[in-house]
Parts: sequence; C-alpha cells; structure tokens
Amino acid sequence: MIGLEKRPTPSRAWSYATPFLAVALTVIAGGLMFAALGKDPVAAIRTIFYDPLFDPQFAAYSRPQLLVKAGPLILIATGLALGFRAGVWNIGAEGQYIIGALTGAAVGLALYPAETRAIFPLMVLAGALGGWVWAMIPAILKTRFNTNEILVSLLLVYVAENLLASMAVGRLRNPEGGGFPGSRNLSQWDAAKNPELVAGTGMHWGVVAAFIAVIFAYILLNRHLAGFHIKLAGQAPRAARFAGVNPARLVVFCLGMSGALAGLAGIFEVTGPAGQISIDFNVGYGFTAIIVAFLGRLHPVGIALAGLLMALTYIGGELASFMLGIPAAAIQAFQGMLLFFLLAVDVLTNYRIRLGHREVAR
Amino acid sequence: MLRRTLLGAAATALVMTTGAFAAEHAEKTKVGFVYVGPVGDGGWTYEHDQGRLAVEAEYGDMVETVFQENVPEGADAERVMTQMALSGADLIFTTSFGYMDPTINVAAKFPDVKFEHATGYKTADNVANYSARFYEGRAVQGYIAGNMTETNKIGYIASFPIPEVIRGINAAYLAASAVNPDVEFNIVWAFTWFDPAKEADAAKALIEQGADVILQHTDSTAPQAAAAEASTDGKQIITFGQASDMAEYAPLPRVSSIIDNWAPYYIERVGAVMDGTWESQSVWQGIDKGMVEIGEISDAVPEDVKAGALDIVEQIRAGEMHPFTGPINKQDGSVWLAEGETADDGTLLGMDFYVEGLTGEIPN
Amino acid sequence: MDLSAISATLLVASLMVAATPILLAALGELIVEKAGVLNLGVEGMMITGAICGFATAVETGNPVLGFAAAALGGAMLSLVFGVLTQIFLSNQVATGLALTLFGLGLSSLLGQGYVGIKPPSTARLDLGPLSDLPFVGRVVFGHDWVVYLSLFLVVATWYFLRRTRAGLKLRAVGESHHAAHALGLKVRAVRLCAIAFGGAMAGLGGAYLSLVRVPQWTEGMTAGAGWIALAIVVFSSWRPGGVLLGAYLFGGVTVLQLNLQAAGVALPVEYLSMSPYLITIAVLVVMSARGSKRSLGAPADLGKQFHATH
Repeated sequence: MIGLEKRPTPSRAWSYATPFLAVALTVIAGGLMFAALGKDPVAAIRTIFYDPLFDPQFAAYSRPQLLVKAGPLILIATGLALGFRAGVWNIGAEGQYIIGALTGAAVGLALYPAETRAIFPLMVLAGALGGWVWAMIPAILKTRFNTNEILVSLLLVYVAENLLASMAVGRLRNPEGGGFPGSRNLSQWDAAKNPELVAGTGMHWGVVAAFIAVIFAYILLNRHLAGFHIKLAGQAPRAARFAGVNPARLVVFCLGMSGALAGLAGIFEVTGPAGQISIDFNVGYGFTAIIVAFLGRLHPVGIALAGLLMALTYIGGELASFMLGIPAAAIQAFQGMLLFFLLAVDVLTNYRIRLGHREVAR
Repeated sequence: MLRRTLLGAAATALVMTTGAFAAEHAEKTKVGFVYVGPVGDGGWTYEHDQGRLAVEAEYGDMVETVFQENVPEGADAERVMTQMALSGADLIFTTSFGYMDPTINVAAKFPDVKFEHATGYKTADNVANYSARFYEGRAVQGYIAGNMTETNKIGYIASFPIPEVIRGINAAYLAASAVNPDVEFNIVWAFTWFDPAKEADAAKALIEQGADVILQHTDSTAPQAAAAEASTDGKQIITFGQASDMAEYAPLPRVSSIIDNWAPYYIERVGAVMDGTWESQSVWQGIDKGMVEIGEISDAVPEDVKAGALDIVEQIRAGEMHPFTGPINKQDGSVWLAEGETADDGTLLGMDFYVEGLTGEIPN
Repeated sequence: MDLSAISATLLVASLMVAATPILLAALGELIVEKAGVLNLGVEGMMITGAICGFATAVETGNPVLGFAAAALGGAMLSLVFGVLTQIFLSNQVATGLALTLFGLGLSSLLGQGYVGIKPPSTARLDLGPLSDLPFVGRVVFGHDWVVYLSLFLVVATWYFLRRTRAGLKLRAVGESHHAAHALGLKVRAVRLCAIAFGGAMAGLGGAYLSLVRVPQWTEGMTAGAGWIALAIVVFSSWRPGGVLLGAYLFGGVTVLQLNLQAAGVALPVEYLSMSPYLITIAVLVVMSARGSKRSLGAPADLGKQFHATH
C-alpha cells in the first residue's frame, strides 16, 4: 500500500527538482505520442525544448521572442495570483486585457496624428484604467450584491470580445484602411509605439512592466501588511476578519490590481507586438495566464519562470509543427501533458511517499 | 509514387531545357503556408491546404512545402513567418487578412524571400497580394435564389460587417432582385466566422421568419444541416455551399456552392519563383482564372434556371458581364452607378454601403 | 420590423435544442461541484465527447451508440483530472484548465479523419397525434430523445441530491470533507465518481452538438459552450432547477436575439449579440441581491484539496 504523508514544511529540494522531473516525464509520454503519430520523437522533443534556445538557425531570433511571448503572461498572472491567494477568483483577465487594449488605443487614436512624447504614457494609463474599470464590475457586484465574481468576470470576457469586434469594424477602424477592419497600426506611429528597447533582446515596455510587477508583488507579499492580509484572507478567512481585514476592500484591491495589470498587458501588446486592434487580436493570454499563475505556485518568481516555460513550449511547438509537420493539435496535447505532469509531481514537494501500511501522521 | 517521381523528373527536364534553371536552384524550392485555422476546418483553411497539396503534386521533388495551422493574427503570426523565413523558405503564403501588417514587417527583414498575402491591400517589392472575386459567385447564387424562392424571402447569415461580406450581400441581392423584384433579404450578423451552433441557430431563425433560401458567409455546414432538417415540414429550403463544396448536402438542400480554388494561383506563383520570374503584384482573380469556382448545380434546380445560371458563369468568365453594372442606387436612393457603368475595383474593395432595396443597417 | 413574425412555438422549441448541450454539461458539473470539486475542464471534456460520439456514430451508423461512446470518452478524460487532483493532490483550477487544453488537442487529433462527413441522424420522436397538437405538440412532444433525457436528468439530479442517501453523502463530502471522512465516508471515491459522472455528462453535451444540433465534426466546434456551462452552475446557486432555468434563459436569449435580427428589428446588432451574457449577469445580480443575506449555496469545501491524515 502506498500512502502519502504530509511534510511538516514543503521540501526545498523537491520544489527545485519537480519541474525537471515533470519535463522528463513529459518527454517520455510526449515522445510516445509523437512516435505513435509516425514522427521522430527525438527530433520533435529537441525541436520543442532545445532549438528555440540553442539552434544556430533560430536561436538568435527565438530567444528574445520568449520574452515577447512570456511578458503578457507574466504580467497578467502576477496580478491574478494576488487575487487567487486571497480567494478572489478573477477568471476574466482575458476581458480586462481586451478592454485595456481598447481604451488605451482609443485614447491614442483620438490624438492621431499628433507627435508628442506624452501620447504613449497616456495610452498606457488609459489601458490600465480600462482594465481596472472592467474588473471593477465584478468587484462592485460582489461587494454590493454578493454576486459571484467567477461568473461575472467570465461572462464579461464574451461581452468584451463582442465590443472588440464592433470597435474593430466601427469606431476604431482605420479611416485610411479602405473599409477593411482593424485600427491604424499603432506600432508604426512613433508617438504611440512600444518598440523593442534594446535591439535583438525582445525587451519592450510590457516585458519591463512584467518584471516590475513581479518585484512589486514579491515585496507586497513578503514585506507589506497588505500582502499579509491577502495571504491571511486566503488561508483563514475568519481569522482575517478578526485581524481587521475588510473583505470588501480586499476584493476591490485584488480584482482592481489584476484588472489593471491585464489592461496594461493589453495596451503594451497592441502598441507593440500585435501592432493594432483587430477583430481577434486577443489570443487567450488571459486564460493561459491562469495556468501560469498556478504553475508558478502563485509565487511571483515562480510565475516568471512558469511564463517563460509556457512561452518556450509555444515557440518550440510552432517550430516542431512546421519543421516536422506535427499537427498543431498534437502540440496542444503535448502542452496539456506537460501541465499535467508539472501539477502532478508537485505532490512530492508537500508530501512524502510512504510504502507499507498507513500510519498516523501529525 | 513511381509516377510522381517520373513526373518530377520530366518537369525538371523541362525546366532545364528552358535554360532558366540556375545552379543555386538545384536545391528544392521551399514554400511556406501560414494558416489562420486548422487544416481540418472543412472551409477556408482546408481549401488553402488543398492548394498546397496541389503544389506538391505539380512539382513533386522540386518543392518542399511546410505549413503552420492555427496561427493567431498579430505577434504570433509575425514570429511564425520569421521562423519560416529563417528555416530557408523561398516563398511564403500568408492566408488571412489579419496577417497583412506582420507580412509587410517580416518581408522588410527578408528581402530575398518572397511573400504572398491573401485578401489584403498592401504590397512591397517582395510582397504580392492576391484575393478572389467571390462576389461573382454570389451573383450566380442570387440568380438561382431569386428564381427558386417561393416565399420571396432570402435569409443571409453574415459574419462581420466588412467590405468582403457586404459586397457579397449586394451582389447576391442585385442578381436576385433582377429576376424577382419582390425578393426580400433578411440578414443576420453572427459576429463570428466559425461557431457551428450559432450558425445553426441563425439558419433556424431565418427559416422561422419565412426564408426558404439560406445564403451563408460563415464557414461551417451547420446551416446546411439546419435547412435539411427544416425541409421535412412540407416545405423545401435551399442552401449554397460556402468556401468548400459541401457536396455531402447535395442535391438538396445544397443546390450549388462557391469553392475557393487556390491551386492554380499557388502553382503559378511557385513556378514563378522557381524560374526566377516572380514579381510583386496585386491580383484579384475570379471565375475567369478559376480562383472562384461554382460547385455543381444540382438537379433540384429547374433546367431553365440552371441554364441561366451557367450562362451567367460563362458571361462572367468571358468578361462580358459584371455583377455590379448600373443603374444601381445606394440604399439611401443616391445614384452609385449610372446606366451601363460598372463598379471600379477601388469602390468594391472598400464597399461599406448597401444597394437600394436592402433593408436594415450595416452595424458599425 | 415585424415582431408578430416571431413564433413563440418555434422559439421555445428551438431554445430547448439550443440549451440542451449546456444543460447536460452543467448538470454534470453541478454534481462535481456539489462533491466539492471544481473542474474547469468542461470545454475539453465536451469536445472530446463530441468527437468520440461523432466517430462512433459514423462508424456504427448508430447515434445511440455514439452518445454512449461520448459519455465514456468524457468520463475517461475526466478521470485524468480525477487522478491528478484526488490522488496526486494537484491544484484543481490549474488542472481543469490544463484538461481543457489537452482535450482540445486530443479531440483534433482523434477527429482528423472525420471532417466533412454527415453523421447518421437522430430523429425526433414520433409521438403520433400528440405531436400534432397546437403549441404543446411541437414544444412538448416534438423533440429527439436526448432533449427528454436532459429534462429527466434535471429531475433525477434533484431527486438524487435531495432524496437519496447517496446524494446526502455526496453533499456531505462537498460541505466538509474532514467531517465526512470522520464519519467514515470515502471522500476520494465519492469525488472520483462525481468527476466521472461530470465527464460523462459533458461528453453527452458535446455529442449533442456534433450529432444533433450542428451536426458535423470540426475542430474547436464547442466554441466556448463548456465555459457557459460552468457559468450556468454558478448562476443556478448549485440547484438543478436553477441549472435548467439558467441554460434555458441563456439558450433562449441566444435564439431570441437571432430571431430579432432575422425579423429586422432595428436594434444595434452588436448589443444584441452581447445580450445573452449581459442578461445572465443581470438576472444573477437581481437574484443574489435578493438573497444576499443567506448563503448562495456554494459547497463549503469547493475546490479545496483533501488529504486524509489518518
């Protein structure tokens, strides 16, 4: 009989070792899947994990792209993690991301074609504000009417998607685009663009913001009273109330933070890598970020690493897909497996495996 | 297998005798395709992939094709194109409107790689664009629909209010009202390209409103199935296949279809890269070049209507007829085209108005 | 604009069809959540059910077998989630999302040979003269068997939760797994059964899409239905009757907005297409504002990990 025994404190050694174990298991299981599809498993695995980082043909380009892809994921996930720790469930970051992009772009486009330095910061502010406002809807409904924030934030994603489609073919449409959908290209307008800051690094303002957010969240959680309240509210809601934590304020703070960060991610994306508002410029970062947040164990540094790992599987997966002809669906399943294994082996960090008959622990 | 090798060898020999076969072309020509959907979508991306397969069949061992499916528009598209270019692609087809700016950006970084962008309007020295005059097919559909409707109500499932879609509605309406002045169009905007369940509901709603013809500008076969089901109640609903033939619903309710046939163009352009004659261009091809095909008109269509429809196809093919020929007024009654005047491509490409007779407003 | 052209009979009849996939999936998830487990992988299980059901129905020519296979496929996939969260004690939110990702990929792989095929049809039940009655004939007696099954399952779920010992145990596990464990209930086994049931129901809902409502197979065809099912469970305050109400409300507004468009009502289309989501939120706000004093019915241990320490 195999049993689990809870460790008094999480094992440090295992918390470092488990990600490698998970990758190893994924390589085996994924390799079997690729082999079953008639593809060379060794080549597939190498293309996914190794080529984007070290292949002479691609690495110089792919390595910086890791940051481009991971930036928004980390930025959004950091905000979400604050809420998740406090038991505030914002599932609708995708919607806040879209609205942030829309409001930021709208402010910028209203000033087109002015060329002043102030435009980009204004847009960034408007983007953060847009995301914040969109997140305030579930926050206020929660605090005022006790309406479940999971449902409201999730349904507002669909509302945001409809708004986006209508804006892309309506108000925000490029008047010089010959009636085609999509806004002006913001990355080609000097006053509004979010450029690569150091050539060849992929570093843009959104990536900078992501790292600042990680540091900020780390300090908040470990050195600040608000962080203590967040953790307390998540672990022991009743104790938190005795400690003077105002649950309504906490909901507003957590949803507001995650909304604003998602909005920031949105505006950085449309002014930089995506370049313009189009009918479906959003690619699910808001949902993927939830996975990233949990993969990173809701810890800011963990989130940064998890974001980079997710980005690697996306970029490597693309390479494997067109270099080796592996269907995109197989790559998706492979990513799913990697997540499963990462989540499963985490048990070793918190529990010890006991062989033999069960014993009483604790 | 053997036959393909032989054909490949024959083709090689042919090219070599023309003398255009320079030493650096001794390697395979590598052609990349960037798709917005899965190759198994049975519609838009599926047809582009058929074009890719046709290129492989045509040139055999002389080409290598690679593709990437499900590529979101925006940053991801730019990365996929760049990686394809880095992997040594000589020619890259980017097959969705939203890839336009990414294509232009990547092309600027790889002056030696040729790019072909579908359904956009920007070009560069190494970027061509190509699109199909689907509205020609819409005119044929409108003709059949106008003749066959008994309730004089035609339902139209539209995706997004963009020129491509509006043009299709106008072309179909003009052709339908020319043969049947009493015809009415009911238009439902689904705000999606692909959501089978929603498309099915839209078709049902239109049928409930009395439409007995369903035209669709969304890609799934769900409206066909909905029409087939509604037809058993003693009335007959007819539909047309969109993007691909949807022949599994023939002869009824699907009576004909518009097929996007990219194969001839892809073969031509890959050939141009091989023999070094590729140049940037901007083309909008229709029935004449075979880019737009009219799927088989089924026997459910009366003989005379079928003959009339085929006649329209032939006239368009021969350039004797243009679906937008005046007199045509805009919806507000103002004159758009005078008697005998035909629409210019610029206006058509950016079309954002209904023609006279259509009801409702274009959402914006 | 001609509102009289919208027939209430046909509207109700088609909203029932439109709502059935989310109703089935949401009922399954309701049981899962009542057992204290939050499985966000409904979308992945639905689409896996959609392809399993479609492929089986096409291969055997029998849609009933197709539905059975869909339930089986959904349940098998859900057990991946079950094993991870119950035995390996992984985080439920993340595992559920990963399940959606995996299910979408898996279903596309399975479905590669099934694009552009027509499945065998699932006929409406022929109830003879009953089906010819005005209004009720079409609305009550004019459907295929899955619609009736889904309505039966609403009642059965209610009965199970409220009137049976097994239902009581399930709720006990969801309310307090430690207390349930202390009482000698097998928390893990109960939860695994609930998860498998949820998977089977999501599979059925997916198959209803691919075999009846659409009917065809294409990648990603559930197009978010699983997420709506999750929202409906919250909307229902974890009651089977609420699930029925929520699913029919959502399906109803979806169908109604398309009917309004088709009838040429001069309302901005973009607002109409947002309306199902907005109205669902609005109704929930009203409901939760009225009942703000009492608990909304969420199981107390929803989403929490359980590890028996003795």
